[in-house]
Amino acid sequence: MQDPGISVLFKGSNFIRLLEGLSIALRISFLSVVISLLLGFFIGVLISGKNRFLKIVYGIYLNTVRIMPQMVLLFIVFFGSTRVLGINIDAEVSSIIVFAFWGSAEMADLVRGAIKSIPVHQFESAASLGMKKRTIYLKIILPQTLRRLVPSSINLVTRMIKTTSLVMMIGVVEVLKVGQQIIEANRTTSPNIAFWMYGTVFLLYFIACFPISRLSKSLEEKWKLA
Amino acid sequence: MEDSILKIDDLKKRYGKDTVLNGITLSVSEGEVLVILGPSGCGKSTLLRCLNGLETIEGGSVRFKDEIVNDENGVSSDITELRQKIGMVFQNYELFPHLTVFQNVMLAPTTVCGRDKKEVEKEALTLLEKVGLSEKKDFYPSKLSGGQKQRVAIVRALIMHPEVLLFDEVTAALDPEMVREVLEVMLSLAEQGKTMVIVTHEMAFARAVADKVILLDGGVIVEEADPETFFTHPKSERAKAFLEGFSYERVKGKKSIKKGA
Repeated sequence: MQDPGISVLFKGSNFIRLLEGLSIALRISFLSVVISLLLGFFIGVLISGKNRFLKIVYGIYLNTVRIMPQMVLLFIVFFGSTRVLGINIDAEVSSIIVFAFWGSAEMADLVRGAIKSIPVHQFESAASLGMKKRTIYLKIILPQTLRRLVPSSINLVTRMIKTTSLVMMIGVVEVLKVGQQIIEANRTTSPNIAFWMYGTVFLLYFIACFPISRLSKSLEEKWKLA
Repeated sequence: MEDSILKIDDLKKRYGKDTVLNGITLSVSEGEVLVILGPSGCGKSTLLRCLNGLETIEGGSVRFKDEIVNDENGVSSDITELRQKIGMVFQNYELFPHLTVFQNVMLAPTTVCGRDKKEVEKEALTLLEKVGLSEKKDFYPSKLSGGQKQRVAIVRALIMHPEVLLFDEVTAALDPEMVREVLEVMLSLAEQGKTMVIVTHEMAFARAVADKVILLDGGVIVEEADPETFFTHPKSERAKAFLEGFSYERVKGKKSIKKGA
């Protein structure tokens, strides 16, 4: 009788290795998400101003990121940097650079949209109470922008986490790569292993992303009053 | 008048090539209630927005007491201080949706004037009580009716102790039965001697509250009078035509509806 495959999961250090792979994926995600949210917010506020030059530069940036597949960006940064610039960027660092580059562009666009969606009258009614520009932004515009940003930015975060599976293409041994290694090693003894392994990877991603979308839901609920 | 609070002198406002206001001269004295009437698009709201510097102007000037609020050189650099003395209430309330009623009222006095929180809290409660909304103080604006929101917006403006209050069609977005609760608040403010400039379409209210009525059309003042004269014996043809637009002749049961144009 064939091995059902699930036992391979716990053979030797397999499961530990999977978790290690997951932790690498999550580390890359976490760092690039934090950078993207902060940098993206900053850029988003900048391009909401009146400076046309900034807007044009940002337009080129955003479209580059959108047109270019993330994998191509990864290759450019990881292989290209060595070839052209002669510097050797570590695969994990390359991944974080690429994901932060992508995430910041998307985040900035979300921030710009959220700021734009706040009626100009909100600004005017605050100004009519004698509030200074700075106070208006801090107390009126910013809190409302953040509330509007929750659903769309959480969506971006989970998309970024999922997309980190691409980093195995530049040799980072993250959870999906570990899974493939285990499959390769056990293909002959347990032919069903692929199903179980990818199923497990799916589950691990789910466990990582689910709490984040729950958090988003509860924040939306909490702020619905407002 | 000597003790004028707001003085508007030959104010001109253009949007691109369109002249919206073409030489408005007007003054509002202490304790006076000025009502601005006029057809839609005549520039009433724009005029109001020029008075607290929400709009720039192309000519003339707006003065608060002796200080220039707005002239062709732009809006005064002291505008934030001036706006504390020139309160404004908007058609669509514009409460801050992420703050409760109480926080809406408290925000400006505590952040702008740095007043004592305890004292402001007490005043906020008293004012909310006066407009019958003290029990709604911890509600978010989305849970209030239009009339309630507008009363909160009035309280929010009042707590800054403005010397003039501008009302921009504050009942235009309300259901008919809610109009009264807002207008009553404004009537009581007028009774207390508050200086107010009111843009409205409520003719009966205008007549009851005004010390002076002006009719604006085509960017100029076509009639300026006390309310009794204005509503009973308007001088200009334009004012007559405007007022006739608000009365209806009975048409049912009449054989011929039109007897010649």
